[in-house]
Amino acid sequence: MTSLAPSENLNDPLVTVDGVSFSHGARVIFDNVSLTIPRGKITAILGPSGTGKTTLLRLIGGQLAPSKGQVTVFGQDVQALSVTELYSMRKRIGMLFQSGALLTDLDVFENVAFPLREHAVLPESMIRSIVLMKLEVVGLRNARHLYPRELSGGMARRVALARATALDPVMVLYDEPFAGQDPISMGILVRLIGEFNRALNLTSVIVSHDVKETAMIADYMYLLSEGRVVAHGTPEGMRASREPAVTQFMEGEPDGPLPFHYPGPDYLHDLMS
Amino acid sequence: MTELFARIGRSSLSIFERLGNGTLFLFQILMGLGFGFKRPTLVLLQIWAVGVRSLSIIMVSGAFVGMVLGLQGYNTLVTYGSEESLGALVALSLIRELGPVLTALLFAGRAGSALTAEIGLMKATEQLAALEMMGVDPLQRIVVPRFIAGLFAMPLLAAIFTAIGILGGYFCGVGLLGVDAGAFWSLMQQHIDLIDDVMQGVVIKSIAFGFVVTWIALYEGYASLPTSEGVSQATTRTVVNASLAVLALDFVLTGLMFH
Repeated sequence: MTSLAPSENLNDPLVTVDGVSFSHGARVIFDNVSLTIPRGKITAILGPSGTGKTTLLRLIGGQLAPSKGQVTVFGQDVQALSVTELYSMRKRIGMLFQSGALLTDLDVFENVAFPLREHAVLPESMIRSIVLMKLEVVGLRNARHLYPRELSGGMARRVALARATALDPVMVLYDEPFAGQDPISMGILVRLIGEFNRALNLTSVIVSHDVKETAMIADYMYLLSEGRVVAHGTPEGMRASREPAVTQFMEGEPDGPLPFHYPGPDYLHDLMS
Repeated sequence: MTELFARIGRSSLSIFERLGNGTLFLFQILMGLGFGFKRPTLVLLQIWAVGVRSLSIIMVSGAFVGMVLGLQGYNTLVTYGSEESLGALVALSLIRELGPVLTALLFAGRAGSALTAEIGLMKATEQLAALEMMGVDPLQRIVVPRFIAGLFAMPLLAAIFTAIGILGGYFCGVGLLGVDAGAFWSLMQQHIDLIDDVMQGVVIKSIAFGFVVTWIALYEGYASLPTSEGVSQATTRTVVNASLAVLALDFVLTGLMFH
């Protein structure tokens, strides 16, 4: 699963988002956004809720198409790929969904085994060993007979993490991995994401609004707001930045250049009309 | 007045859009049918889910419909002194019309609604998106086995419904009302033709109904809005649209087959 795509160069970034615009109906989500995801690093995409962070992951995975610009993954223009090529590209990407998105009719073991059974022709004994190894890493080897309905939110996300790495992908996309987690689960997930990236030599993209946790493991951060990249840099650089938008987001201040209110008519005007 | 025309226009456009999307969806299913034959276990599991799990409602309904036919048929026939023809009346009604049509209506309510809700919830909980991101085409992995299962299950269920209905008619007519058992079976045998009645009635009609009901159920689930309300509306649409489609298709098929 780790072989290179024909047009792939190991010196190039793994993902390039170049001048991408995207709209949901009349609402502009991205307006000429550009960013790069370097190989072997953890890149964080931060931003307030509703800034299109998940949409960005879907553009990288080819589940959505930009109205303008180009998304390049493994040296291939995602929009130019045929359906077969797109599915083949996705086998090299793992994705952790916010909800876990585990298949509810399968138990934990079968959920992790699912990508192996679908894409690799392996003897049952080898599938068992791989699944147990992946589950051991996330601490849920002994929960392999449970069904998703019997798992807590944090456990479901750890199973989803084991599934996302089952095929030893080149890149893992994390959609809000820390959202709604208790401090212990959050700590476990932070540690796991960092360890996975180091041990498996992965490239990770974390989409999050949990600044503190993300900054602990990220190598580089992008801050998105109102459809644009408003700042980017290393976690240390972002923390030291005096730029008002960065300070506001990093410190969690309600007022500042990043709007708290959904755009629309003025409050006073709305009340008086 | 202008608003009325605009409304009619909007809903007509919406209907045509859904029809177009539904046809494209069907085309994609038909193109992916090969996957179902490569993974027969997935199809068998779905036959169990949509077919075997519908057996109880089909068998109980078949028995009651047959018994009612026996009672009503006897009451009418006895007026003309031809109650021996009860077997032919019950069997013809069930084989040509009631068997396939009522089975399809029950199938739409039991299996069709379950298919829509299952796929709609898989969409709402991002399971379909997760499959896509794992490099697995949900249309092939999830939809195609269910479609093939619907095609296989419907004729089998209709045959079971019809057989049990005939036994229900026998129980009422012969067991309770005293119709001669020999006459019941021999007149039935005399009036039922294997090709004209059984093949065209039970087999062809129920395959056609299975095709339409499963297609509508799968499309509604796949195209549902990923919210609780969206899934609930899609499930209702499946039952309503599939039932109407079955009744309309039955009229067309009856017109073509039994003129």
